[in-house]
Amino acid sequence: MKQVVIIGNGIAGITAARHIRKRSNYAITVISGESDHFYSRTALMYLYMGHMAYYNIKPYEDWFWPKNRIGLVRDWVTQVDTKHKKLRLQEKGEISYDILLIASGSHPRKGGWPGEEAPNVQGLYSLQDLERMEQQTKGIERGVVIGGGLIGVEMAEMLHSRNIAVSLVVREKEYWSNVLPPEEAAIISLHLRRQGIDLQLESELEEIIQDEKGNAKAVRLKGGKQVDCQFVGITIGVVPNISFLEGSGIETNRGILVDSCFRTNQPDVYAIGDCAEYHQPPAGRKSLEQIWYTGRIHGETVASTICGTPLTYKPGPWFNSAKFFDIEYQVYGEVPNLPKEDTETLFWQHLEHEQTIRIAWNKSSGAVKGFSLLGIRYRHEVCARWIKTSATIDSILPALGEANFDPEFHRRHEQEIRDLYEKQTGRTLATPVRKKFWKIFG
Amino acid sequence: MGNHKETYPLIRHLGLLLFLAGFGLFIGIFFLSDYRLTEEALQEAFSYKEEVAPMAVSQTLPDDTRPATPPPLYWLMVKEAEPMMGETYNWNFSFVDRLNDLFERTNERVLAIYGLSDDEIEKIIEVSRLETNLEYNTTLALAQLEGEGQLLEERQQLLRDYTGWMEGRTYETSEALEQELRSTLEGLEMGITEGEGISSYSAKGYLTSLVKYSTIGWIANYTWLFFWLAFGLSTAGALMYILPGLGTVAGIKHNNIFFSSLKNRGWLGVLLGTFLILFYIILYFYPYYMTNWILLVEPFCYWMTGNPASEFFLYGFLYTLAVLVMGVRMLIKYRHSNYHKIRTASLMFFQLAFAFIIPEILVALNKPYFDFKNIWPLNYDFFFDYRLDEFLANGTLGLFMLGWGIALIIIAVPLFTYLYGKRWYCSWVCGCGALAENLGDPFRQLSNKSVEAWNVERALVHSVLVFAVGMTIAVLYTYFTASSEFLGISTYTLREIYGFAIGAVFAGVVGTGFYPLMGNRVWCRYGCPLAAYIGIIQRFRSRFRITTNGGQCISCGNCSTYCEMGIDVRWYAQRGQNVVRASCVGCGICASVCPRGVLKLENKDPKGRFGNPILIGNEHVSVIE
Ligand SMILES: Cc1cc2nc3c(=O)[nH]c(=O)nc-3n(C[C@H](O)[C@H](O)[C@H](O)COP(=O)(O)OP(=O)(O)OC[C@H]3O[C@@H](n4cnc5c(N)ncnc54)[C@H](O)[C@@H]3O)c2cc1C
Ligand code: SF4
Ligand code: SF4
Repeated sequence: MKQVVIIGNGIAGITAARHIRKRSNYAITVISGESDHFYSRTALMYLYMGHMAYYNIKPYEDWFWPKNRIGLVRDWVTQVDTKHKKLRLQEKGEISYDILLIASGSHPRKGGWPGEEAPNVQGLYSLQDLERMEQQTKGIERGVVIGGGLIGVEMAEMLHSRNIAVSLVVREKEYWSNVLPPEEAAIISLHLRRQGIDLQLESELEEIIQDEKGNAKAVRLKGGKQVDCQFVGITIGVVPNISFLEGSGIETNRGILVDSCFRTNQPDVYAIGDCAEYHQPPAGRKSLEQIWYTGRIHGETVASTICGTPLTYKPGPWFNSAKFFDIEYQVYGEVPNLPKEDTETLFWQHLEHEQTIRIAWNKSSGAVKGFSLLGIRYRHEVCARWIKTSATIDSILPALGEANFDPEFHRRHEQEIRDLYEKQTGRTLATPVRKKFWKIFG
Repeated sequence: MGNHKETYPLIRHLGLLLFLAGFGLFIGIFFLSDYRLTEEALQEAFSYKEEVAPMAVSQTLPDDTRPATPPPLYWLMVKEAEPMMGETYNWNFSFVDRLNDLFERTNERVLAIYGLSDDEIEKIIEVSRLETNLEYNTTLALAQLEGEGQLLEERQQLLRDYTGWMEGRTYETSEALEQELRSTLEGLEMGITEGEGISSYSAKGYLTSLVKYSTIGWIANYTWLFFWLAFGLSTAGALMYILPGLGTVAGIKHNNIFFSSLKNRGWLGVLLGTFLILFYIILYFYPYYMTNWILLVEPFCYWMTGNPASEFFLYGFLYTLAVLVMGVRMLIKYRHSNYHKIRTASLMFFQLAFAFIIPEILVALNKPYFDFKNIWPLNYDFFFDYRLDEFLANGTLGLFMLGWGIALIIIAVPLFTYLYGKRWYCSWVCGCGALAENLGDPFRQLSNKSVEAWNVERALVHSVLVFAVGMTIAVLYTYFTASSEFLGISTYTLREIYGFAIGAVFAGVVGTGFYPLMGNRVWCRYGCPLAAYIGIIQRFRSRFRITTNGGQCISCGNCSTYCEMGIDVRWYAQRGQNVVRASCVGCGICASVCPRGVLKLENKDPKGRFGNPILIGNEHVSVIE
């Protein structure tokens, strides 16, 4: 019986383990240093905010693992010996493997600023980070969060939930404007301010000022502005966990380099999830994909390869979602943040509510390329189908209602969007498909 | 602007204070009054009719002789109560003790009047020995009874009923006859107290009204004032606490719930749970201890219905108030969601109109009490003899009620559940649902999501359904055949056990008392037989499902955490499978709390409803079983 050893019990490693179990009889061992069981990293913020307790964020009950014969080892891997197919653990000695799957995730990036090592300056990735944040933010008045990304706004929301004043320092002109088009970015920025967040746009951290005990007491921004605070969160991205691979012969760059089947340069060694870097990213994808569902897809795919049916990584059209305080965000396909020559977009905005829809299509062919939404939910299946089949904008707009995924009784805006399109382009759309009258709900 | 707690903190704090003051007063009122027994109280409690002059009582009823006409219970009571009259008691507990003594003494008197004296027994034996050679002869026995008139007739009838079976039996010795006779007469004595005296069944009601009408002191004197102080203050305070929520940015407000002592089983939660449990125990089993509260709503009840208040009017009043005030809270908390606004308004409407106002109006008009939205088997006494008799005695209206109730069971439930799922009832109409959704909302995260709990749930809720159906069949059998036994079980015992164990303990004490301990749908999930029935239809024949949105789920667990029915929604969402579960009440909270827009409650073509688990996004692997 083959010994499959997986490093990392995150979404990538655990999905692989589950799928290997379904597909084979291999012995499976998952080694992880952070926690005894798989938990949902994406829910870390809700622990701090008191929306959930730790037991709520474990997607599987504890009996699930022995029942499915997935061995769990809580330890840190300190060394990988690919020649003898062995791992060295910090406390529990050595473990040998026939197949090694590295899904070690990542950790917060640092910026190299003076004062960054102070105890109350930190990023947010692990349970240990969360515990530290819990300690360091007890009873404080103001926290500063550096970085205008998704984890930055989560950290802001976390502090805010405890009535701690927050300054969010963002380099760009609007929050997340390197991804969001200006209109959407402006709405989010405004929303953050409505929530009471002190948004510092177009500003950069220069120095963290420490008191005599070494604790951060203020930050100085470029241009000299100083903000007093008792906590600094640094959320400027994540870096793959690969330091323990030194000397293993496994080829790395920023992450562990893998081919389209997640094979590394070493035999029987695979890497997936946050820590993997594609030699050749699939079309439209970056070489490192550090999000939840890609980790899951990696796990599903590599399990097949490990169990003898090699599969390449083939994600469908890009999608993602997030929530900025009370505004939900969804994206399907590609919607450029800045005008692009071959792309035309339709932007609809609710007059009062924080709701927008942006649809992008190819100027010449009319093929729809993406949907980006604030405060409105769209159906993944429908959007992906339209994008994959290069459905034209003229053909999808009459059927746009199909894509809506908002709760029942919510106001629908399809007709406004069609009117807007006709006004903007001067074209005439086919008559929309009517819903049957007896569909009283939804 | 900003955080929930920061909006109008002054008003909120003041509101909390007012609420606590009102609620504290309400609790205090429980202990507040003094009690003094009066003839008027006795008259009220025993519905004594004015035609008979009460003052003549003690003279017409000498201790040692039997009157010709059976005396009303009230007469006996007044006589026995004499030593208690005018005495003041500070505690309802000691007053109730004394009243219990009084009831006992009254029953002894009833026995002395209706029962057989030793003299009479000896005469019966003597005459049997002398005249029939120790063969029991009813006619002979009846002739030995003393007295005259109507009372004598009644006593003879009793003796005939109870000793008829001994007719013609011959005994070896007079001792043997005496033994048999005396043990038979024990049954007769019980029959007398139950029939002519204060039966164990009616004692609760007599006690409650007696205590209520014997109350003296502030509450009795200034009832309206206390009514407004207790309910006005707490309602106004609650609204002052709730309304500033409008000043926050609309959205999910779940910050710090798991740090809250009240909402995460801390001491406050345990305290509230204890209060609720005690409340229900008193309400169902010892209502005579809560008469101060009943008295508090008495003027309101008179104003509304023209009748005095019972403990169930008090309960309905508090229940409706809770549903309405906490409904306002729901409307504000979920004001960003039309689904919740409409649903909550519907629950508030049905509770106020259908469960509270209409039945009370019916009673005021001397029509049967009827809640037009309460469906058997939740409404478990719908087919009880006294209900059926009532329907049949009330002409067209009664027949309409009967037909309506049956139509709900066999037409409305299957049809609406097919179209819209269980939610049409459980989270849009039902009163238990209204209390759970509105008052229970702060506790929904406490439901147990484990597979183990799911197994317990299925076993329990379906057992209750079987029990309810079985009990109803037995009761109907008795109704139509007049045989009190069904398959060797007494149908009265069966229905008593059901009323006690399921109707009172499970639905009330556990169902609501455990909100702060086990979440707000304990009854709906583990106990409600109607939910079980609707659930079966929802599971197998419905257009309703919760669709999951492709590959967007991040397994965060908000949906499962806030599912009051303890459904592990995430388990379905993270594998891209529709949620089709018998227990889902369609409250829609899971879809609201999901931060990634993954869940949508939908009614669609039942084909493909269960769906294969598919996670869109991976072009190569779909989920494998
Ligand atoms: C706060 C936060 C919010 C996020 N929110 C979202 C979101 O909303 N949507 C989204 O798509 N993505 C989100 N992400 C990103 C997403 O969580 C990650 O991409 C994903 O969890 C990565 O999964 P993984 O399995 O690759 O690695 P991980 O989840 O990091 O798991 C790797 C595990 O391996 C352990 N490990 C590492 N090295 C060793 C070693 N040498 N020995 C033993 N164990 C080791 C680590 O301690 C870790 O527990 C978020 C991330 C964070 C931090
Ligand atoms: S699954 Fe969702 S809609 Fe159904 S009961 Fe649970 S929270 Fe409510
Ligand atoms: S709340 Fe939404 S994202 Fe979170 S686990 Fe449930 S379905 Fe998935």
